[in-house]
Formats: sequence, structure tokens, C-alpha cells
Amino acid sequence: MPEAGFTLDNLSVLLVWTAIAIYALAFIAYAVDLARRSDLAAKAKDAAPVRELVGAGASGSSGSSITRIRAEEEAALAAVEARPSERPRYLWARIGTSLTVLAFVFHVAADITRGIAAHRVPWSNMYEFALTGTMLIIAVYLVVLLKFDLRFLGTFITGLVAVLLGSTAIWFYTEVVPLQDSLKSVWLVIHVFVASLATALLAIAFALSVTQLLQARRERFALAADETAAAGERAPVSSGPRFLRTLPSADALESLAYRFAIVGFIFWTFTLIAGAVWANDAWGRYWGFDTKEVWTFVIWVLYAGYIHARATRGWRGTRSAWLSIVGFGAVMFNFTIVNMFFKGMHVYSGLS
Amino acid sequence: MSNSPSDPLRPSDHADGGRDVVQPRLGVVGWLRWGWRQLTSMRTALVLLLLLAIAAIPGSIVPQRSADPNGVLDFKSKNPDLFGVYEKLQLFDVYSSVWFSAIYILLFISLIGCVLPRAKHHWKALRSRPPRTPVRLSRLDDHAESVIAVPEGTDAADAASHAVDLAQAQLRKAGYRVERYDQPAAGKRPAVASVSAERGYARETGNLVFHAALVGVLLSVGIGGGLTYTGQAVVKEGGSFVNSQMNYASINPGRFVDLDALPPYAVTLDSFAVTYTPSGSRGGTLAGDFAAHVTTREPGQDGRDQTIRVNHPIDMDGDRIYLMGNGYAPTITVRNSAGVAVFRDDVPFVSPDANMTSQGIIKVADGITDAGRDEQLGLVGFFYPTAGTLDTGAKTSMYPGLVNPVLTLWVFSGDLRIDGGIPQNVYALDTSEMTQLAGGTSSTAALELRPGETVDLPNGLGTVTFEDNQANGGVESVKRYVSLSIHRDVGAPFVLVFAILALAGLLAALFVPRRRLWVKATPAADGATITLEYAGLARGEDPAIAVAVADLKRGHEASLEAEAPREASVR
Ligand code: HEM
Repeated sequence: MPEAGFTLDNLSVLLVWTAIAIYALAFIAYAVDLARRSDLAAKAKDAAPVRELVGAGASGSSGSSITRIRAEEEAALAAVEARPSERPRYLWARIGTSLTVLAFVFHVAADITRGIAAHRVPWSNMYEFALTGTMLIIAVYLVVLLKFDLRFLGTFITGLVAVLLGSTAIWFYTEVVPLQDSLKSVWLVIHVFVASLATALLAIAFALSVTQLLQARRERFALAADETAAAGERAPVSSGPRFLRTLPSADALESLAYRFAIVGFIFWTFTLIAGAVWANDAWGRYWGFDTKEVWTFVIWVLYAGYIHARATRGWRGTRSAWLSIVGFGAVMFNFTIVNMFFKGMHVYSGLS
Repeated sequence: MSNSPSDPLRPSDHADGGRDVVQPRLGVVGWLRWGWRQLTSMRTALVLLLLLAIAAIPGSIVPQRSADPNGVLDFKSKNPDLFGVYEKLQLFDVYSSVWFSAIYILLFISLIGCVLPRAKHHWKALRSRPPRTPVRLSRLDDHAESVIAVPEGTDAADAASHAVDLAQAQLRKAGYRVERYDQPAAGKRPAVASVSAERGYARETGNLVFHAALVGVLLSVGIGGGLTYTGQAVVKEGGSFVNSQMNYASINPGRFVDLDALPPYAVTLDSFAVTYTPSGSRGGTLAGDFAAHVTTREPGQDGRDQTIRVNHPIDMDGDRIYLMGNGYAPTITVRNSAGVAVFRDDVPFVSPDANMTSQGIIKVADGITDAGRDEQLGLVGFFYPTAGTLDTGAKTSMYPGLVNPVLTLWVFSGDLRIDGGIPQNVYALDTSEMTQLAGGTSSTAALELRPGETVDLPNGLGTVTFEDNQANGGVESVKRYVSLSIHRDVGAPFVLVFAILALAGLLAALFVPRRRLWVKATPAADGATITLEYAGLARGEDPAIAVAVADLKRGHEASLEAEAPREASVR
């Protein structure tokens, strides 16, 4: 924790904690939204007649679970892609988003004051990486909300950021120190910035892949239920959290996840190249299989694998979703464990 | 789906691929072909990619010889038993190990086997026309229809053809490659006009460029590595480095490097600058803004003043020279009992800590006699730029700058063991055949000097002087040295170019939508109306296909209406 006496850096820390507290509130609001939104959706549906769908589901009869689910999913997809003004009015989701925006404002202020206090870009040690990185995750999420209604990922995003930012503030706080020589490079700015953007996009892809798996499971259950119903037995109709009823189909979630993953992948590719260019200037080699380099490479290859899996028969769907999940697991591992425990092998500076 | 000429040729298990799995004919050729097909399948590529990711991980856990040689030695001393096993598994050289190499070589063979036929196929596709309009457009997922009235006194077939003309112009303007597939009336079937349009060849081009560029990266790394060398050299203030093999402290040449033909140039260190800033509350000091001011000379040219900084290497005749480290190089003179200088040099001291407590070795091989007998002398020096005392009474340096410079020396005499042909390490002293005369466990205290001071060696062997560099016209009382890293990497620019190509290819491959659109006009049997059909087919990922069909329809209807505002009635 910083020394006594009020400095710009103290202010920054204060702002960080304010942001964390508000993110936590946003998380709660989003969680309430998830708990309530299926009821709201059900009510809305009673008011407006559902469009009949033909040819969906194995049994095809309009009373079957899968047909009902497909109809819900169609409507949900339309809602996800609707313009902001035409989206379903989930009160708690709106509170969640408003709180997220508010927290984000504090977050940005914290980042800027830290930068001013340090007289340089605020991303040159673990604390600052985390501060700026989590800020970009929220920024990407908020920008994405303008195009897609992904508020159902709000709990995940605000939760992730609150936890990352909180643990950073507790464990990684470092006082302002001058930059090490090897970090004085435009490539640092570019490299770290783009890596954070990539992380944000991959985080969203990850969350969508998880939802996709849940939704696929629910669809499978519904199909199975229809089969047992056709055989004259009774079986559980739905499975998984109820908010799934307000989400698009596993297929739609998959292609959404894919779209985020490929943009994230492009940024990651750029990160890899920019890192190599920087290493070439700082260390005299563009690639040395240093710990951090290895993990950046592993992540890149995993996502190349994910993209391939999406294009491979038999791997599309659930299996490729697992790769997206593993890929993001590696991103988080790289960001936390590798930075903290593998540090001994990784030299940030060229001079000792 | 059929494999018409303009379909991208994909491995047979591609999600969009044809489902025809050809059984292998028995016989060697058949099996070879089958094996090749397996190797170049999507599934194999996927498995190899995942294997590559997994195989890369151990190298981040076990210290690697290439990145962390000391870590390997450390591991050996801590886990002597495991060491042998790891060594057998090549765990200290993961990235050049047989198993890692096997994975990526197979992957790249698979890649080439995959890309070559696709490139050939794509080359043909680029010059072929969009495919025939399917008979039943309504079967496609993205499909729309409308019916227009045929204007009074116009032949329905002409009107249909004209409507398709408009669509064709519209599609061409939107960047589609278009082809007309009109069918004249035959028997009872009326004439049908249709246009087939395709766009997004850049998607496949991008994909091929991307994969080919990966091969380029690999080849550049491989071939470039053979032509690359990396060497380290130490240069003291006022001293020079001349680029030839013998002046390197160590050098790592690639396989095809001729070390006798290194480019001749010289680098003289005029001065070394550094700033120290206190960092944080714990009293640490951070050194920064390292700058080696040098004069460089190339044959037949005037000397040039340059500065080497961290992140800013200089370029010499294709070599890049990096600033890697720095330290103090106290100037020390040893005189024998007759007062003859038998040693005089700037001795580079190495320092493992931020406050530059450093250590150096002085070896005096000749000129010292003890009671008429020739002796060799070894000195182990400890240098404290800002000397202070720890609670334990031991000396340490409190600050990296020269505030209170003190040098202490341990003195050994005996046999330095440098004549026996054992390669000598300037940073280590072999004391196995020497006796310690001062410092450490000996009865005499270590010698202690400040710049400009001279003290006697024990046993009347002579004297040692710690020269004051300022007295000799230097900027500071103690000289500094830099360690430079000198690299020639022929492959690097190629790697960069291929990496950028890969990125560009990737952008096209992932974001250019590839799709086909069709517009078909079918006159009704009575000749009074025409049914217009619009349909689209995404080739690969294309989230905007439905929008594209809707836009096509809207645009087309608008141009129809603009032509005949009253007659056209769109249902
Ligand atoms: C070094 C190994 C490889 C890497 C890093 C890699 C990476 C990628 C990436 C990032 C993509 C997505 C971008 C694009 O569509 O161009 C892709 C697509 C593709 N790759 Fe690879 N690839 C590798 C090897 C292979 C091999 C061996 C094959 C053939 C079996 C292959 C076949 C394909 C195909 C067909 C696509 C298009 C997928 C689609 O339709 O979406 N790749 N690859």
C-alpha cells in the first residue's frame, strides 16, 4: 500500500477501489437479471403470439419441447441482434449496464491518474498491465453492447474484472517507479494495448462458448425428452439455468463466439509479431522461446486449432467450444500464473 | 455439395466438404494415397496443432539451454537424479528436440500437402465463371421471391431478360463476378433468365497466402539460422572492439557462417552514461538511460560518433550491436619488488546486484619472485562503488554510483594453472594450487584501496595500485565497461515480411465474405407476370448473407420501379 501523504497515485488507488466496488454492484445487478429474465421473457411471450416454426426438431410436432425451444431461440437471436432501442427491457440488466459504465468511468480516471503520476503510459508492470488490461476488457464489452445485446454476459465480464482488478490491487500494487530501459519502447505501448484488446475479445468468445455448451445441453435434453415422450414416458423437459430460455440457439451462440474469437485471434497474431519486433530491439533476437513467448505461442496455436476445429467435420459445435474454453484458460494462465510464478525465468530488462 | 470448379478445394473432412469418402484401392499406391490423404486432412492438421501447443509447454517449465543455461546447471545440481532422465527426454532442449521437431515437420508437410492442391485449384477457379444457377433456388436457406407484372405490350421473356439485366448490372457494380445463364423456352417450359454472381475469391487467396507465409516464416527461421551469428564482447572506456573472431568473449555461429570473413569494423567506447534514480520506499535504486557513446570505424571511412542504448542497437555493416550490460573496470597496476610494473589493465568486474557490488579477477603470470623463486599471483577483487558496512561487519555497496569507491583484494600465490592448456576463464580463479596470503581465511587482512592509492603486497612481493582514472583525464575515478552483443541475423527481415504477409492473408481469409448470389426471372405461363427469385449461398463463414440477399432484392426492386414507376407492382 502506498505511503502516507496524498499523492496523485493515492488518488488513483482510491479510484481503483471505487471502481471495484461498483463493478461488484454491477455484477449483482446482472446476476439478478439472469435470475429474473426468464420469467419476464415468459410473460412477454404470453402477450405476443409466437411465430410458428416448421421443420424444427426431430419429432416435428408443434407441442414438442424442441420446437418450443427453437421458437424461443429464434426470438432470442433476433433480440440479441436488435438495435439498442428495440431490445427487451430487462430492468436489472439496465441497472447492471449503468453501473458498469459508472465503474468504467472511475476505472479510466484511475488509469489516467496513474499515468500522470508516473509520467508515462500506465502499463509497465504487473499492476499497471492489469489496471489497463481490465479497463480495455470493459471498454470492449461496452462497445460490443452497441451492436449485440450481450448483457447476459454481464455477470461474467463484471465478475471477471472485479476479481482481476481486486486481486491486482491487493497483491500487485507497486509504487510508481521509472521505466526500465528495455520497457521504454513504442512497441511496449502497442504490444500491451493490443494484447489487452485481444484478451477482452477472447474473454467474450469464451463466455459465449460456455453458454453455447449449456444451450447445446439443453437442446439435447429437449430432444431426448421428445423421444421419451413419443415412447409414452415422462421425462424432464428442460435442464440448466432458466435464463437459457432467453438466449439464442447453440448454433447461433457458436457463430457469435467464433466471430469474437477470430477478431481476438487477429489481435493476438499482431501481439505476437509486435512482441517479436520489440524483442529484436531489446534483446537482440526476435524469438527465444522465453517463458512468456512460449505461452503466447501456445495460445496462438490453440486458437488456430479452434478455428480449424470449427471447419472440421465432427469437431464443429461442442468440441470446438471446448477448445475456445481451453484457449481462454491459457490466456488467463499466461496473465496470472506465468507472470507470477514463472517470473524467475523471464527477464523484462535487457540490463541487469 | 458438389465440387464445381469454383468451389474451394478443401480437405475431404472439411465441414463444407463433399461427403464422398473414397475407399482406398488395395496395393501400395492405394495405401500411400490413403496415407497422404490422412496426413493432409483437417483432422490431422487439428491434432498436430493441438500436439504442438501441448509439446511447447514443457519448455516453459523446465529451464532451456538456449534461453537459460544457468537454470539448467542449477537444475542439475538440485536434481542430479532427474537430470539424466530429463536429458534423455531432451527436456532441456525442447524446441530442437526430436519429438518437437517431428510434430512441426509433420504439420508443415501436412500444410504443404494441403495448400498445394488448393492453390492449383484456386488458380483455376480464379479464371472460371460463376457456376450455373441452381434449378430450385427456393431450396436455399437464404431465398426471397417477388412477382412483378409484365408491362402492357411487352413480351414476357424480354421483360424477364431485362429485369435480369438490371440485376446483373447491380451485382457487377457491387463487386461480384457475374455470368448469365438464360435458358430459351423449350416445349411447355417458358424461357428463364438468370444471373449467377460470385464474390470473395480473396477469402481463399488470403487463406492460401496465410498458410504459405507460415512456410515462409519457417524456412526463413531455418535457413536464416544457419547464416546467423551471435557474439558477446566486452569494451572498456577508451578501449576498442575490432570485429574478428579472437576479440569475442564468446561467439555462436550458425552452420554456414565463415568466422574468418567477418566484416571488419571497430567500435571504440568513448564513455558510458547512466542515471540512477531512487525507486520506491525500500531504498532501492534503479539504473536507467544507459548510453554507450562510441566511435565506430569502417575501413576507408571516417570515424562516426554513435550512441548505443537499450532498445536502440546500432547497425554496422549488417551487424546489429546491442548494449547488454555494464559494470566497472578498475584500472589496476601490480609492481614487483623491484618496482617493475608486471601487470596493468582495466579489469572488468561483474556485478550481480543493483548496487553494483562487483567482483573481478587479476592474474599475474610472470614477473613476481618470492625469495628468488618465480611465483604466479592471483588477486580476487571486490569493488564497492559506494562502500558501506552491513550489520554483520561485511562490506557492501549502498548505491551504484561512485560516491565512496573502495576496492578490496584477496591475494593468492602459487600456480595459476594456466600453462597446462586448460582454457582460462578470465572471471574465475583456480586456487587449487595456490596459497592465500591475504584476505578470507588467511591471517592477513584483505588489501583495501581507494582510487589513487597504492598498498604493499604481503611477503614483500611488490605493490598494487588502484589508479585514479580522473588523474589520467577520465570523467570518473573508475572506468566503466560495457558488454555488447553483436548479432547478424540474415533471416529476420524475411521472417518479418512473411509474418506481415501472414497477417494480411489472415485478415482476408477471416473477414472477406465469400458468397454466391442468384437472380432468376421466370415468366408465368400466361405471360402476364414474372416471378423474381433471389437467393444466396455463403461459402464459409458469412454472418451477413441474409442481409446481402435482402439488399439485393431491395436494390433490384428499386431499379425496376425507377424504370417503370407505374407498371411495376411489387407484391
Ligand atoms: C502451421 C500450421 C497451421 C496453422 C497455424 C494454421 C492456421 C490456420 C488459421 C489461423 C486459419 C483461419 C484463417 C483462414 O481461414 O485462413 C486456418 C484455416 C484453414 N486451414 Fe490452417 N493452419 C495450419 C495448418 C493447416 C493444414 C496442415 C491444413 C490442411 C490440412 C490447413 C487447412 C486449413 C483450411 C482448409 C482452413 C480454412 C478453414 C475454413 O474454411 O474456415 N491448415 N488455418
